[in-house]
This record gives sequence, structure tokens and C-alpha cells, in this order.
Amino acid sequence: MKDMTEGYTTADGRRIGPVLMEMKNITLRFGGVKAITDISFDIREGEIRAIIGPNGAGKSSMLNVISGFYVPQEGEVWFKGYRRGPMRPYQVARLGISRTFQNIALFDGMSVLDNIMTGRLTLMKSGLLNQALWWGRAEREETEHREKVEKIIDFLEIQAIRKTPVGRLPYGLKKRVELARALAAEPKLLLLDEPMAGMNVEEKEDMSRFILDVNDEFGTTIVLIEHDMGVVMDLSDRVVVMDYGKKIGDGTPDEVRSNPDVINAYLGVAHD
Amino acid sequence: MERQTAAGADLQSIPALLARNAATWGALPAYREKEFGIWQSWTWAETQAEVRAMALGFLTLGMERGDHVAIIGRNRPSLYWSMIAAQMCGAVPVPLYQDAVAEEMAYVLDHCGARFVVTGDQEQVDKVLEVQDRLPGIRHIVYLDKRGMRKYDHSRMNALADVAAEGRAAHHRVGAELDRRIGELTFDHPCVMLYTSGTTGKPKGVVLSNRNIIVTSKNSSEFDRLTHSDEVLAYLPMAWVGDFIFSIGQAMWTGFTVNCPENAATMMTDLREIGPTYFFAPPRVFEGQLTNVMIRMEDAGRIKKRMFDHFMAVARRVGPAILDGKPVSWVDRLRYRLGDIMVYGPLKNTLGYSRIRVGYTAGEAIGPEIFDFYRALGINLKQLYGQTEASVFITQQPDGEVRSDTVGVPSPGVEVRIAESGEVFYRSPGTFVEYFKNPESTASTKDAEGWVATGDAGFFEEGTGHLRIIDRAKDVGRMADGRLFAPKYVENKLKFYPNILEAVVFGSGRDMCTAFINIDLAAVGNWAERNNIAYASYQELAGHPKVYEMIQGHVEEVNRSVAADPMLAGCQIHRFLILHKELDADDGELTRTRKVRRNIIAEKFADLIEALYTGKDQIYTETEVTYEDGRKGFIKATLTIRDAAVVADEQRMAAE
Repeated sequence: MKDMTEGYTTADGRRIGPVLMEMKNITLRFGGVKAITDISFDIREGEIRAIIGPNGAGKSSMLNVISGFYVPQEGEVWFKGYRRGPMRPYQVARLGISRTFQNIALFDGMSVLDNIMTGRLTLMKSGLLNQALWWGRAEREETEHREKVEKIIDFLEIQAIRKTPVGRLPYGLKKRVELARALAAEPKLLLLDEPMAGMNVEEKEDMSRFILDVNDEFGTTIVLIEHDMGVVMDLSDRVVVMDYGKKIGDGTPDEVRSNPDVINAYLGVAHD
Repeated sequence: MERQTAAGADLQSIPALLARNAATWGALPAYREKEFGIWQSWTWAETQAEVRAMALGFLTLGMERGDHVAIIGRNRPSLYWSMIAAQMCGAVPVPLYQDAVAEEMAYVLDHCGARFVVTGDQEQVDKVLEVQDRLPGIRHIVYLDKRGMRKYDHSRMNALADVAAEGRAAHHRVGAELDRRIGELTFDHPCVMLYTSGTTGKPKGVVLSNRNIIVTSKNSSEFDRLTHSDEVLAYLPMAWVGDFIFSIGQAMWTGFTVNCPENAATMMTDLREIGPTYFFAPPRVFEGQLTNVMIRMEDAGRIKKRMFDHFMAVARRVGPAILDGKPVSWVDRLRYRLGDIMVYGPLKNTLGYSRIRVGYTAGEAIGPEIFDFYRALGINLKQLYGQTEASVFITQQPDGEVRSDTVGVPSPGVEVRIAESGEVFYRSPGTFVEYFKNPESTASTKDAEGWVATGDAGFFEEGTGHLRIIDRAKDVGRMADGRLFAPKYVENKLKFYPNILEAVVFGSGRDMCTAFINIDLAAVGNWAERNNIAYASYQELAGHPKVYEMIQGHVEEVNRSVAADPMLAGCQIHRFLILHKELDADDGELTRTRKVRRNIIAEKFADLIEALYTGKDQIYTETEVTYEDGRKGFIKATLTIRDAAVVADEQRMAAE
């Protein structure tokens, strides 16, 4: 493997920075069930990092550990050079981590615009009373936030559904709105849980382009879980492979592809 | 008018008109575009400054007189300006269809020898780069939207905003040269080159001069009394001559405001917000809107539905007459006024047509009931007949003389004559200069006296002097027994049914006519939902026996109506099938303006045509399709073929 202490340059010329987050010997148990066993890996600044593995491998649990939703029984999570303790969701958001969900979690009755605006909640400073009176700072603030949100709407090309209630949208667009809401928080680290699940080829291509563009335009570090191997191999800089809660591979897509353990886990062992 | 006399002297180019507008209406809005949810607007003075900066930037990049500058992208003010900026440099803008695949673009870029390409976004840049190794002439690519472009090799590429910034900085160095070049422009310089979509063979580059565009814009603006306070929505492809005339020619001549939608998907919302006073749409847009209205009314409450039906009946009866200024009793006027408050007004507002003063449709025949629906609402929808080679206008309908089955009287300054073969010829100030690098085609289309063959067959109606178009002259053929075969005439009748999206009729040189039908997924899908018919795909719905029954009903009705005209009675459809896929421009079956390419379809579906004529009632077929990203795949299907009833004495004749 390349020496990566101070970051590296990818094949397409993007500069990847130093370690942003490091997972050290993470073990996560639910009662007697071990979901994750002794896993260590790091996430570098500006990187697209994928976590892959067969069903039940513990990928979503791992993402929940990264987001701070699960606190592992053993092991340490280091973020921006500090060891991270248990946190409340708003604290996670303020650290600059946002996510999308495998099963879309939007407010169905609200418009696309309002849904995305909720992504900026932690960035709003005016108080409840001020916002209710809609005067001075609250009004100015809303204009600023709306401008940011409009840029994201433009970026993800969802202008046509700006005012549509989310509940009326097809699945692929809902996924895009969820990405928009996550982006609205201006995250440093973006976690995507199966962003392409259930999409057709065209929607997948669109989503891939958006993920690359987000990474390129905003320099956002992205961690994604995905089943579609083609997509993962094309998009990511480095891949962690999990199976039965253990890490069985870690490296560039090419390294992972030629790793015999990975091939066994995905294709099964040949019996002849 | 003062302006007209001035036109001869110094208003001989688009840049000259822009300068006049900036001087006359400096603070009035010239272009608007919705971006970030807000309408951004630019005054004529700002537009002039912006265009000039771009032109200076183009000069620093080495743009020469006579260079061809390809423009590829959706309707955006900056792309319109880049065309005018290219004209300032003495270059010729060549707008291309943005949804063309790389291969199609390569042909045009190569044929015109484009040295500069101005593109809307990364998608278009990628297409140009894909074919660039075959096009050594391309010197520089300029793009508008910076998104995703950072990693590209910029040695021969630049953002339009940066080009303009460089231009401003280089003002002292190249300003004088730019002024010299603007000053050289005359009526005889090419204004734009537009590639015809080409129903047959490769596209041809139509060269239109400043005279063509400016005189035509002047005549047509005066015909409809357009003024600088009018508003248009620019949403049709920039490569289409109509858009060039409306959004550049007439906009520059009259000084009205051109509004660009946020993107293609928001067009309907933007239309409602802008409420244009002057509007053009191909029939399918009006058709689509009417279908939407009708579908929504099906789901409306009973009171609303009854109110709608009642007042629409009133409107259909007296609306067009009121619009044409014909005498109508005061009771009906009162009823209509009431209907306007209750139904028509709110409906027009929803559609975005509250302020329309002049509306046009062209390109294809429009269904009479669709046309009458809009006229009944009080929307002054008219028809025109034109083509790229004429700078659009050949004939158009004057206010008060509007009917769905004619295309109007010759436009001001246009002479029209009908040849013995029935083909329509015209001669006008808008008549194109030549086909670029194609003297043979130029000579075969335009004769020494300037008469141009339209390729359409038609006749002047006695009494009214209105022109009626039957079909493409070359498509009007003979059947095996010598009877007249006019496929488009029958296809249009079929397409007037909302359930039928496209139809292709065969029969030239045969003993009977047969047809391919394409169902309209929106209309038939809605019908299926209401009738509890389950389907999983377009293909399944298209093959459903109940859908076949419904379409058969339509075909037989058309047969009865066709049989009423003895000259065309031979065109009744004896057998038909419903196609398993939508005809698509990406597969080469339609042109980019959605006209049927008969030869290609006949070749591609030869097995199906044979089945229609051999008496089979089922046929298995595999069809190649092209996806949006250029990849190819196959659709397999077994299609049913049905016989349709034809009017009885016809059958006897056919048998003889």
C-alpha cells in the first residue's frame, strides 16, 4: 500500500488530506450478538470511502457508530484529532456530520424546500420568539439560509419540485431530497446509507454524478454504504469490506477486487 | 415610423439593433432568467455591456471574421448573448440541438468547421470532447456552468464568465478592433446558420443573412403589432429557427422581454409566473395541457365538474365568435362574461395564458377540438406555416380569420404559388442565402428567380385565399391501383385522439393502407387506471386487448371520416398494430422536432410491415433501442395485428 501518513493524490488528480476520523478496534454488541468485531480503519479528508459487504455484514451498524448513534462497547473513535465520547444528535450535527438513511426519513407533509430548510436548523441563531415575530434578525437569517438552500436545489437539479410535498414524490427524487437536506447542514463528513438502493440505471448514474460533484465542489468527505459493486468501484477512493461483522479487506478498489477473501465472501468458495 | 426609415441605413445587424435598444430602452428589462428560485433580470443597457464584454473576450481568444461558433445548451440569456457577441466579431453563430448525441453533433461541428464551441454545461462539454479528436478545427471550448469542470484540462477551455472578464480587461487593446468589426456588418453578412433537422438524409446548414432575419422580424412584428412591452418565454430549442426569430430577431427589433425558464422541467410553472403576451408552442404542448386539464377535471368534485362542462359548452358555442369580433347576442355575451369569471379566467391563469395577446402554433397539424378549446377560452391562438429556409414565415393567420384547417394567408412580403404537382413554392425577403457547402442542394431547392420549393403539397382555398397543406409532396403517393395516398392526412386525423401519440401509415404502391399506432402513455394510462386495468410496463399496456379495442374504435371512426372525401377514400386503414415502444428521436425514428422519419421506420420495422400485408395476426419482433446515455439494448415483443372495418363500397373497389 501507498504511504498515506500525510495524504495522497488520486489517479484523477484530487488531493486527499490527512486523517479526519479514525476507528480503533471497534466492537459493537447487541446483548449477546456481536454486530461488529474488532474493526479498525481511517477516513481521510476529501475522500470517498465506501463500506461494502453482504447482507447482515454490519455495514449500517458501522455507519451508526461513525455517526455516534451507537456507542461501541470496545474501541475508540477519533475525530479531528480528539477522542470522541457519547454524544447527542445535535452535537453530532454541530461537529459537521450529516447523513441520509437507507429508508428515507423525510417529513412527508412538508414541501421539498421546507424539508431542506430543516437541514439548516443547527446553523440558525435567532431564537424561537424572534422567529415567531418574524422581525429583524430572523427575517435576515431566513433570507440567507434560503439562498444557501436554493444553491443546493440548483446543484441537485430539483428546481421543478421545490414546492411539491415530499410525500408525492417518486422514490428516486426523495433520495435526492434527502441528500439535499444532508448537504444543507454544510457537513464536513457526509454519511450515505445505500444512496442508490432501488434505483434504475439512469437514477443511479445521476446520483453517482451528484456524489462526485459534491465531493469535488464542496470538498466534502463522504462515507457510503452500497450494494451495487459497479457503482462502489467507480466512485470510491478506498473501500472497507466487511463480512459477519469483521473487516476482511481495506484498500483501493483494485486492491479490494483482487483480495481472495473478498472474492470468497462475494462469490463463495469454489468446491471442485 | 421613424424606426423603419432608419432600418435601411444603419440597423443592418443584430449588434446594431442591440445598440439602438440599449440607447432607447436602456433601463427596461431585456432578458430574464429564473435562477435560485428568483427571476433575475438584465436591462437592455446591461445586456449591451455584457454582450460587448463577451465579444471582447472572444477577440482575445482569436475569433476571426467568418469563423463558425457552435452554441449548445438550453435557453439561457448568456447563450443568446454569446451568439450576438460572435456576430460582433464578424463570426457566424451555429446553434445546435442540445439533446443530440455526440455522433450527431460531430457531423454538424465538422460540416460547419466550428472553431469555437460555447456550451451550457459539463454534459455538453463531455459530448464535444468525446468527438474532438476527429475535429481538429475546434480551437477553444467555452462553457457557461462551472460545475464539475474544475478537473478538466483548461489549456483550450474556459468559462464564459472568465472570457467576458478577460474581455473587459482587454478593452483598450481590442476595443477599437471590435468597433471596426461591428461597423463592417451589413444586411448581406450571414446572421446565423441553422441546421435543418433533416427528415431525409444528413442535416443541411441553412445560411440566413442579416437581411433575412431583420426584415422578416420587422414584417412579422408589425403584422401582430408587437411592441417593446410584450413578454415571451424562450423554451424551445435554440437550434430551431423559430426560437432564433422570436428570442433574437423579433426581440431585437421590437425590444420585448425574453424570459428563460429555470430548466426544462419547470417550464410550466415558469410559464404561469411570467404570463407571456406573445407565445409560441408546437401542437403537442397545447395537446398535453388540454389532456392534463381534462384528466384533472375527471377527478374534480361534481359541482365543479358540472360548472366546467356547462360553461365550456357556452364557450365552444360563442367564444371563437366573440374573439373574432363577430356579432353575438347580448344574452350569450353575458353568459360568456359570467363563464369568464367562474371558469375561463381561473383556468387561463392556471395555464399561464391570462395575458396572451398573440399565440401561435405550427410544425404539425393541430386537432380542431384542441384548437377550438383554446380559442373558446378567449386565447388568440393562430396557425402559421413556415420553414427554416424562409426564416420561419410563409403564411400566417391574421386576427379574425382563424381556422384550424388552414395555415393562413401569405405573410407580409411573401409571394406564394402552387406548382402543377401541387407543391407549394414561395419567394420572400426571408428566403435563405444558401445551404452551406452544398451548392447542389441549394440549386435544387431555390431557383434562379428565388422561388423555393417547400416540399409540401397544398392548395389555396377558394373564396378565403387561405392556404391548406395536405402532406409532404414526396409522401403524397399513389396506391397500387392509382388512387391518391396521403399518409400524413390520415395520421393527423388519428393523432387528434388523445390516446394516440403517433401514427405511421403505409400504403404507397400497395393495394391497401395499414398503420402503426403509438399510444399516449399519459392518456391511456389514466384511462386504464379508471377502468381497473393493471399493467406493469408501456409494452404491456400497448398490447392489452382492451387498449386494442379502444384504438380499433378510433381507427374505424377515422376510416369513416376519410371515406367521406372521395379523393382520399383509398387511404382507409385496413389493418393496424400497436407498437411496443414509443418512437424516439434517440433511435432515429423521429427527428429532433418529433417528425416521423418514414424511411427509417420502414427499414427498421420491415418485419412488422410485412406481417401487416401477409395476413398474420401475430408477429414476434426484436427492436434495438438506444438509451439516453448512448448505450443500446433490445426489446422483444409479440405484437397483435388487427383488422379494422372500412366503409363498405370501398372494400368492393379495393377488391376489384
